[in-house]
Amino acid sequence: MPTRIDKIPAMSSSPTPDGVARSENAGDGSPMIELSEVAFGYTKARQILSGVTLSVPKGKLVAVMGGSGCGKTTILRLLCGQHAATSGRVKVSGKNIDEMSRDELFSHRRRLGMLFQFGALFTDMTVFENVAFPIREHTDLPEPVLHDLVLMKLNAVGLRGAAHLKPSELSGGMARRVALARTIALDPELVLYDEPFAGLDPISLSIVGQLIRKLNDALGMTSILVTHDIMESLKIVDYIYFIADGKVVAHGDVESIRRSTDPFVKQFVNGEPDGPVRFHYPAKPLAEAFSGASA
Amino acid sequence: MNAILNWFAGIGVTTRGAIARLGFATRFLVAVVKASGTTFLRPRLLIRELYHAGVLSLVIVLMSGLFVGMVLALQGYETLVRFGATEAMGVLVALSLVRELGPVVAGLLFASRAGSAITAEIGLMKTTEQLAAMEVMAVNPIARVVAPRFWAGVISLPFLAALFSTLGIYGGYLVAVKLIGIDGGAFWGQMQAAVDWRYDVMNGVIKSIVFAFAVSLIAVFEGYDATPTAEGVSAATTRTVVTSALAILTIDFVLTVFMFRGSVNG
Repeated sequence: MPTRIDKIPAMSSSPTPDGVARSENAGDGSPMIELSEVAFGYTKARQILSGVTLSVPKGKLVAVMGGSGCGKTTILRLLCGQHAATSGRVKVSGKNIDEMSRDELFSHRRRLGMLFQFGALFTDMTVFENVAFPIREHTDLPEPVLHDLVLMKLNAVGLRGAAHLKPSELSGGMARRVALARTIALDPELVLYDEPFAGLDPISLSIVGQLIRKLNDALGMTSILVTHDIMESLKIVDYIYFIADGKVVAHGDVESIRRSTDPFVKQFVNGEPDGPVRFHYPAKPLAEAFSGASA
Repeated sequence: MNAILNWFAGIGVTTRGAIARLGFATRFLVAVVKASGTTFLRPRLLIRELYHAGVLSLVIVLMSGLFVGMVLALQGYETLVRFGATEAMGVLVALSLVRELGPVVAGLLFASRAGSAITAEIGLMKTTEQLAAMEVMAVNPIARVVAPRFWAGVISLPFLAALFSTLGIYGGYLVAVKLIGIDGGAFWGQMQAAVDWRYDVMNGVIKSIVFAFAVSLIAVFEGYDATPTAEGVSAATTRTVVTSALAILTIDFVLTVFMFRGSVNG
């Protein structure tokens, strides 16, 4: 059983130790996302998730954390219907994704946005065209309206002046912000962030983190943030789930995570090399592994 | 004993893999055709790919056509002069080009220049998650990325093959008439009399259309099916060129057997 550090708290905009104000009025507390005993493997031999249960209320920003390869990104792929769970239920807004028809799945995807690890910007388009892409594909807005809308989205991430640039001319942080503008282009109800802080310098990382929080609250979205970055996550999220060995091993709000004495949470928060998550990949004893030992 | 069993097992695994891949490619073709409506409803997508696949291949195709025609004339003269049949030079050059060399060499050049570029582009889009991003945005990447490239290839190659043959004939004319001094009237007259529009030219066009479908399908399929790593994209690009070349030569033989068997029997 995972360690439940406390119940999902009611949100408060009162100052937090990290100084980031969190929205009070976002969402009505009903679950936007429900994963129930979800199992998934890319092959029968290699099971990635084995009984993940978690819930994300509407309007909240929730982090899913864990070591590399623990299945965090797989959860996002299940949520956008790119993969189907081998067992268990994946529900978004009360609808089971695995039971959706192709049209329902496309309709579901139009209501969500996903920020990929390295942005996944279309390299043959300018920044403006990248942000305009989902709007052009799904609406018949007149060009002047579309133009203004794209500039508003770019302005929200501070890159209105970079509209004419190609993705190859952007820094990593700028590319991530453009991708963020594209992700929110259609005002999605649900946004999935896959490692949004990977490879960013501290300033860019902080900017992206603040943007994720502000956009979540300003647009009334529900967000799931998959990341390794515990320090930045503690500043911006409402709730955290820890995944290990294909399961949720701990979860709780920011304060309870900070105070937690759970060995896994402590190891993760403090970045300790050894603990419940072992440093060494399973192997035979060192003495047996050395060639001299067999002589 | 085990080594022999392993050898047979290896053949079985390879054969099963090849059949599965062929089945996947067929299903992929059906998906591309079904998703082709977007390509023709939004011609800007198609025009962009026609430029990349067709217009940017013009230089290499035209230059190759010119030189192939010139070499044909030089080599042909060496043989024809022994039999006193140098007036047939126009026929030799034209038939060689419109029946065989035009479609085949243009197809091989197209596979190397545009086919490899299409595979690399789609493969890199997959590697950098651009295709996944489209899927998540409820945009079908087969309709938006694959189908325009496929149809651009299908449309471009027959025109490129026709231009290859045209430039080849002109190259042959330059060498035969302007350089060697064969009578220009005989060159064009014999050609006009001997080359049949339906039997020679149209069969060549049909060949180029079939090659266009084969090369375009191989190029988009290899890109879409590429392992999303640098090594995977490199291997897919190589496979596009090799498979396309083998497909063109094999299909050419089969088509030639059916199209021109009358002249073999006669």
